[in-house]
Amino acid sequence: MSELTKLTIAAARDALRKGEVTSVELTEACLAAIDKADALNAFVHKTPEIARERAAAADERIKAGDAPDMCGIPVGIKDLFCTEGVPSQAASGILRGFVPQYESTVSQNLIDAGAVMLGKLNMDEFAMGSSNETSVYGNAVNPWRRGNDDTALTPGGSSGGSAAAVAADLCLAATGTDTGGSIRQPAAFTGITGIKPTYGRCSRWGVVAFASSLDQAGPMTKDVRDSAIMLRAMCSHDPKDSTSADLPVPDFEAALTGDIKGKTIGIPKEYRMDGMPEEIDALWTQGKEMLRDAGAKIVDISLPHTKYALPAYYVIAPAEASSNLARYDGVRYGHRAKLSQGDGITEMYEKTRAEGFGKEVQRRVMVGTYVLSAGFYDAYYNRARRVRTLIKRDFDDAFAAGVDAILTPATPSSAFGLGEMAEADPVQMYLNDVFTVTVNLAGLPGIAVPTGLDRQGLPLGLQLIGRPWEEGDLLNTAYALEKAAGFVAKPAKWW
Amino acid sequence: MSIDEGTAAKVAKLARIKVDPADLPVLAQEFNTILGFIEQLNEVDVEGVEPMVSVTPMRLKRREDVVTDGDQQGKVLSNAPDAREGFFAVPKVVE
Repeated sequence: MSELTKLTIAAARDALRKGEVTSVELTEACLAAIDKADALNAFVHKTPEIARERAAAADERIKAGDAPDMCGIPVGIKDLFCTEGVPSQAASGILRGFVPQYESTVSQNLIDAGAVMLGKLNMDEFAMGSSNETSVYGNAVNPWRRGNDDTALTPGGSSGGSAAAVAADLCLAATGTDTGGSIRQPAAFTGITGIKPTYGRCSRWGVVAFASSLDQAGPMTKDVRDSAIMLRAMCSHDPKDSTSADLPVPDFEAALTGDIKGKTIGIPKEYRMDGMPEEIDALWTQGKEMLRDAGAKIVDISLPHTKYALPAYYVIAPAEASSNLARYDGVRYGHRAKLSQGDGITEMYEKTRAEGFGKEVQRRVMVGTYVLSAGFYDAYYNRARRVRTLIKRDFDDAFAAGVDAILTPATPSSAFGLGEMAEADPVQMYLNDVFTVTVNLAGLPGIAVPTGLDRQGLPLGLQLIGRPWEEGDLLNTAYALEKAAGFVAKPAKWW
Repeated sequence: MSIDEGTAAKVAKLARIKVDPADLPVLAQEFNTILGFIEQLNEVDVEGVEPMVSVTPMRLKRREDVVTDGDQQGKVLSNAPDAREGFFAVPKVVE
C-alpha cells in the first residue's frame, strides 16, 4: 500500500481511470503515511473524515466516467488557504481557533475537480519566512538529511509543510503560495517541483493576505507534468478577486512536448552572486548545457536592477502586510487578549497583536508601518515602487529582445539546519529569496525544477522564468530540463 | 537615517503592537539593520519613473451595483471572540 503514496498525479489519474486503484485506496495510503510522519510536522490539521468522504465521491465520479484530471487525487492544502469548517490559521497564534465559514476559490476549484483534501499544511506565520521557523505550530522538518548526519534541516519556507509532505510522499501534491519565493525555495530544498504562475492566474480570494500585489498560489508536485495538471485545476477567473485575470486557462499538460528547439534561453549575468557556492554555479552551467543540448539557443542577458529587488521587496511586502494585517484586532475573529481593569479598545488592540503575532510578523508589520508613515512614504514606499517599475522593465526588455525563458539558480544554497540562522540578523534570512523575489515583483511565472544533489547529498534546483501568461511554454522548457537532468533521488526514510 | 528607541516606540504605537520598553533597544537595532539594507535603493536613478501600481496593466472591473450577499449574521459572528445580541462586543470606545 505504501507505494501508492509515491505515485505522481499523472500515474494515479491513469490508474484510477483504468480501475487499477480507487481513490479510497490512495487516500487511505496517504492517511496512514501522514500518521506515521508526525516527526516531519508537515500536516498540522488532519482531515481524515473529509478525505474519506471526498475519496468515495471521487470514486463514484470516476465510475460514472465524469472525472477531471485531479479527480480522486489526495492533496495537502497550505494553512494559508481558508477551508470551510476546517481550522485555517496561517500558522499564526492570532488566528487560533479560526474556522472559516467559506472556501477559498483555489481550494474550491480543487474540490470541484474532485481532489481529496488530506489536511492543512505547516508554513511560516502569515507566509513570512524562508525556513518554516516562524510557525506557531513549530518547525516543519525536511525529509532530506546530510548523509548519515541526523541534523534536522529546514524544508524551506514559507510553504515548508507543503514541500516536506510532497517530498516525503505523504500526499501526491500540495498547494503552496509564493510572495517572494515561498513555493520555489522550499521546492528546491526538498527536491520537488513548484511553479508560481503569472500574477492574476490564481484567485487570491480566501487566501490569507500577506502582500496582495505579490501573492500567488501554485502547485507543489513530484514532477513537471503534475505541476501542469494541478495548476490548470487551481487557476480560474474569479469575480471575487478584482486582480484575477479574465483569460482562458489553457491545457498546460498539452504543452509538454519536450521540444524546445529554437527557443532562446537567457542567462542573466547579475545572478552570479559574490560568494555563491561553487556547486550552485556548476549546477547552473550544467542546466545551461542541458538546454543547449536539447536545441535551445543560450544567450547572455542583463537584468541590471536585480541587486535592488530584495531591498524593494522589503519595503513593498512589509508595507502591504502592515495594511493587510491591520484586520487582526481581536474584534471579529481569532485571538483577543485578556484585558485588565480599565483597559480600553486601544489596549485591547495592542495586547492582542503583541500576544497573537510572532516576532518576525511583528517586525515586518512595524517596518511596513514605518515606511508608510508620514514623511517617509515618498522616500521609502514610492521609491521602492519606482524601482519595481525598473525591475519589471528589465524583464520586458529581455523578452522583447526575443528571450523565451530565463534560467537561474533557485536558491543560493541547499537546505540549512533548523536553528542555524537563529543568531543571524533578519537580512541574512531574507537573502534566501535573492533569485526568486524579482519574479514576484515583475508578476512573472517562475518554476523550480530539481536538477542535482550537492556533495552533502541534498537536492538543488534551478529556476526558469517565463513570459507573462505563457506558463505552458515555461512548463515545457522545465519539462525538457527535467528530462535532461533525470533527477530521481528520494530522501531515505528516517521518520 | 537611524532609528532611536523613541522612534521605535512610536512605530510600535502606530502599528498597535504593545512592546515592552526593555525590548525597544533590540527592536530599534533590528529596524536599523533592515532600513540600512533598504537604503541601497537610494543608489537607483528613479527620475521620471512612475511608481508601479499593477504588474499587469488592467482596468479594475466594475460590477452591477446590486446586493449579492447577505443574511449571514450567524456565520459572520461565528468566529467572534465576544459576540452579544447579534453584534461584535468590544470594550467601551466612547466616554
